[in-house]
Amino acid sequence: MIINHPLLGPRDSQEFVYLGDAALIRRPDGMADGALDKFIDYTYLRDNPAGQHRELWYHEQGDRSWLVVTRNTVSHEITAVELARDVARTEGRSK
Amino acid sequence: MRYSGFRVIAEALTGHKGWKPAWRDPAPQAAYDYIIVGGGGHGLATAYYLAKEFKQARIAVLEKGWIGGGNVGRNTTIVRSNYLLDGNQPFYEFSMKLWEGLEQDFNYNAMVSQRGIINLFHTDAQRDAYTRRGNAMIMHGADAELLTKDQVRQMYPFLNFDNARFPIKGALAQRRGGTVRHDAVAWGYARGADMRGVDIIQNCEVLGMKIENGRVLGVETSRGFIGAKKVGVAVAGSSSKVMAHAGMRLPIESHVLQAFVSEGLKPLIDGVMTYGAGHFYVSQSDKGGLVFGGDIDGYNSYAQRGNLPVVEDVAEGGMSLMPMIGRARLLRMWGGIMDMSMDGSPIIDKTHIDGLYFNGGWCYGGFKATPASGFAFAHLLAKDTPHSTATAYRFDRFAKGLMIDEKGQGAQPNLH
Repeated sequence: MIINHPLLGPRDSQEFVYLGDAALIRRPDGMADGALDKFIDYTYLRDNPAGQHRELWYHEQGDRSWLVVTRNTVSHEITAVELARDVARTEGRSK
Repeated sequence: MRYSGFRVIAEALTGHKGWKPAWRDPAPQAAYDYIIVGGGGHGLATAYYLAKEFKQARIAVLEKGWIGGGNVGRNTTIVRSNYLLDGNQPFYEFSMKLWEGLEQDFNYNAMVSQRGIINLFHTDAQRDAYTRRGNAMIMHGADAELLTKDQVRQMYPFLNFDNARFPIKGALAQRRGGTVRHDAVAWGYARGADMRGVDIIQNCEVLGMKIENGRVLGVETSRGFIGAKKVGVAVAGSSSKVMAHAGMRLPIESHVLQAFVSEGLKPLIDGVMTYGAGHFYVSQSDKGGLVFGGDIDGYNSYAQRGNLPVVEDVAEGGMSLMPMIGRARLLRMWGGIMDMSMDGSPIIDKTHIDGLYFNGGWCYGGFKATPASGFAFAHLLAKDTPHSTATAYRFDRFAKGLMIDEKGQGAQPNLH
């Protein structure tokens, strides 16, 4: 698979380490009510869809950026690649 | 029709006109007492033991494709019970005992071959860990034996004993482990279940579940609605897809695992060999092909085919263990979809929905578990209590911190 890195252009997926569902960006607030249940969900449960999947890849053998890759889990086709930083900021993290 | 030597002779004398299809091809009825979703090894074994051991009737197995077309026909056919943890080892040893009596039990030649399995080790620390594991196996009633380097050399003189990175120092052996013809396991269970009245319905995909007031009433399928008192889902690989029909999210990611077979060679490896440090394991089929594999590809996938980097990785592992493998040509390679659970261990449990039961999360170790998984799931379906060897395989172990982390890596590809 070729991942079209937003900064570095097309890179072989071998240069990356895979983490999993991009929902992992949305870490629950540990101080909020019901945080325990939210963390159990966050840590262990997954949507695991057959089809479009937004997922985190880490460019370990490159610029060490985290990417959010939108990939089809049935065909392995990659349709979008964003910097995880930008995704997190759009969602209101790390202002 | 029972199969026997006498039957073969009788048929040979009468022109082989008496053989019948091994199972029927029934149309689905309006309702059943038990519906098993998934006609793989585990689903068929569940139906078989439900009918045979637990004396239940009105059972159907629904399979979206054809039976034996999924992971039961895609694995590398290895059976063993060499686990460490209390939650696992009694279950896998129960499975091993069922394998040993399986062919007589379901009257089908599954080519169960207890040719032995060895796990190679390369350091003192690994030897100590394998000693501990062997002791745990023995204490749970299995067999284990620590082999010295010279004993391994006698068995497989061609191995690369002086590899600079992973020199072979010895191995943990389980002589009762081995291989089983995987298709025949599906066929044998299917035939045994069918003989006891189970309807095996192929080309019947589950498209939805009818759930009212917290109780499952049946399943919507590509061949219409089928009512059921109890629904058991055993569709490892597609677990998240099917359980999403019941609104459930699972502690599971689907990953692809590849397997490989070389061209047929003369007898070379008479047992099974695992080389964990090099991410490689190998055995030789009765047709002579070297059957081998390595790691999961390492990203979510439902594609039933893998990518080339892992092919290269597995080939490198093979070359570092037995350099002569480089002269063999690769005949075929394929992929299967694994339920990678978060702690690397399976789930056989009720759900919060009455009448809905789940069996999955087998990671890449489901084949060896087939008989015990079917037996334990049938026990759960028939009696509503877990089988004594499968009490730890619960959904709530994650929330309670009771993970069965045999290797502590689960679905995390970077830990493999």
